[in-house]
Amino acid sequence: MATLLATKNLVVNYGAVQALKGIDIELGEHDIVTVLGANGAGKTTLLKSISRIQTIKSGSIEFKGKDLATVPAFQLAALGVSHVPEGRRIFATLTTEENLNLGAYGVRNLPAGKELQKTKEWIFSLFPILKERRKQLAGTLSGGEQQMLAIGRGLISKPSVLLLDEPSLGLAPIIVQEIFRVIRQIHEEEGVSILLVEQNARKALSVARYGYILELGKVAIEGEACNLKDDERVRAAYLGGSKVSC
Amino acid sequence: MATFVEQSINGLTIGSFYALVALGYSMVYGVMKLINFAHGDLFALGSYLGYTLLIAGSSWVTMHFGLWGGMTIAMLFAFVGVGLAGLLMERVAYRPVYPTGRLPLVVSALGMSIFLENGIMAIWGSRPQAYPAAVVPSTRFSILGLPVTSLQIVILLLSFTLMLVIWFIVEKTTFGAAIRATALDRSTATLMGIDVRVVIFFIFALGPALGGIAGVMNGMYYRAISFNMGWAYGLKAFTATILGGIGNIPGAMIGGILLGLMESLFAGYVSGAWKDVFVFVILIAVLIWRPTGLLGEKTAEKV
Repeated sequence: MATLLATKNLVVNYGAVQALKGIDIELGEHDIVTVLGANGAGKTTLLKSISRIQTIKSGSIEFKGKDLATVPAFQLAALGVSHVPEGRRIFATLTTEENLNLGAYGVRNLPAGKELQKTKEWIFSLFPILKERRKQLAGTLSGGEQQMLAIGRGLISKPSVLLLDEPSLGLAPIIVQEIFRVIRQIHEEEGVSILLVEQNARKALSVARYGYILELGKVAIEGEACNLKDDERVRAAYLGGSKVSC
Repeated sequence: MATFVEQSINGLTIGSFYALVALGYSMVYGVMKLINFAHGDLFALGSYLGYTLLIAGSSWVTMHFGLWGGMTIAMLFAFVGVGLAGLLMERVAYRPVYPTGRLPLVVSALGMSIFLENGIMAIWGSRPQAYPAAVVPSTRFSILGLPVTSLQIVILLLSFTLMLVIWFIVEKTTFGAAIRATALDRSTATLMGIDVRVVIFFIFALGPALGGIAGVMNGMYYRAISFNMGWAYGLKAFTATILGGIGNIPGAMIGGILLGLMESLFAGYVSGAWKDVFVFVILIAVLIWRPTGLLGEKTAEKV
């Protein structure tokens, strides 16, 4: 599998605290990779570093063979890297549709014309509820709808890589099902590569090909998702001790 | 009744330049969360720039381009000049202190205000100057029996047009959505591909530039201008902004117009000398009883 996105020896500091202590991860083309770990392990910091809204201390982030470290954050969307941030971060006082349109703001070859409309229809087909809510202020949507909007907003730029930060956070199980169904669908049908940060290890490992487990800013364990599910340490710490079949 | 009509027209006129200044205040606050105390002094700078252009070469501009042409050029000159001053101010006084938080930013704004006020005094002198009568349109006529001057009509029309244009840009265009997104959440706006620097540039050029035009309007309306007038106007525009709801564009417009009307009617019926006191009593009252202003900042928070 050809490598699409890779970090090499990525180090990030928050003041005197080292948040990432040299992280190497790889995401291939048409791939789903998950990053698991406890709170404070550095998962969100890793995604923010990749999308350049977090400054890095050292190391490199390569995307399609190009080092992202010199690219300003606002240009990433145009290059094909889209980040759906933790906690959804939708623009509450803008309408659902304005939120979606802004997702395509940085993408010059997606003008506000037919192409954008087509992509929007595709997103409405993934999340039909968003179509009903299009004129509504995004802040009035339910948590699940906001998460759908955040993912739709991330997809409307037609990225080749989608960085998803805890899409299941705080959502009802039935909505989590729905979100993961769509994650699988965009990966299978559109070939979007996904780097998925999750606390819900069981769900994440069920969709991912490969997984990394971060502990205190380092990759503690990595491997094929299948093997991780069988790993004693992973089962004890992240899967509640139960056995999950592959 | 005559007093009422006259004072209302007067109030609408001064209210509309309060509204323009308030609009700039509100735009800068919305995006930067900064009360730009230098905003009033930029307004004064606009007044002086227009004045300089109109008296340069003893009304050369007015002679060649006519009364209205001269006025248009003076306003454009103040618009561009003050817009550039706003950009420069952002670069030297604000950008270096962004990372240190909001309080240093406010102190920097106060410093900028003092700097501008004294700069104006150093260049144009400490004595009040006057826009010459020859450059001010002053045809009197009546519409539906209401006594108005051509200047009042121009000020009203131009202010409302400008406010409508700004409202349209901010509320109806994609760039406007980008401005609103930047105001709400800068780092997520960046993820959308919005170059936040461009938005800040736009805000710091346009906000002051509107104040610059209002400065010329004010100069033409009252004729007398002074180097320290920015402080009082800044505070009044600030009051208008708070009254309407800070960070809210229609709020700034309504706040400005209402404040102008109230001030004018107070001056007409109660006391001209106490009108500024009245304005600040309004400010205090709003801050106590309705700190979010008449329209308030739009919120749609669901937790």
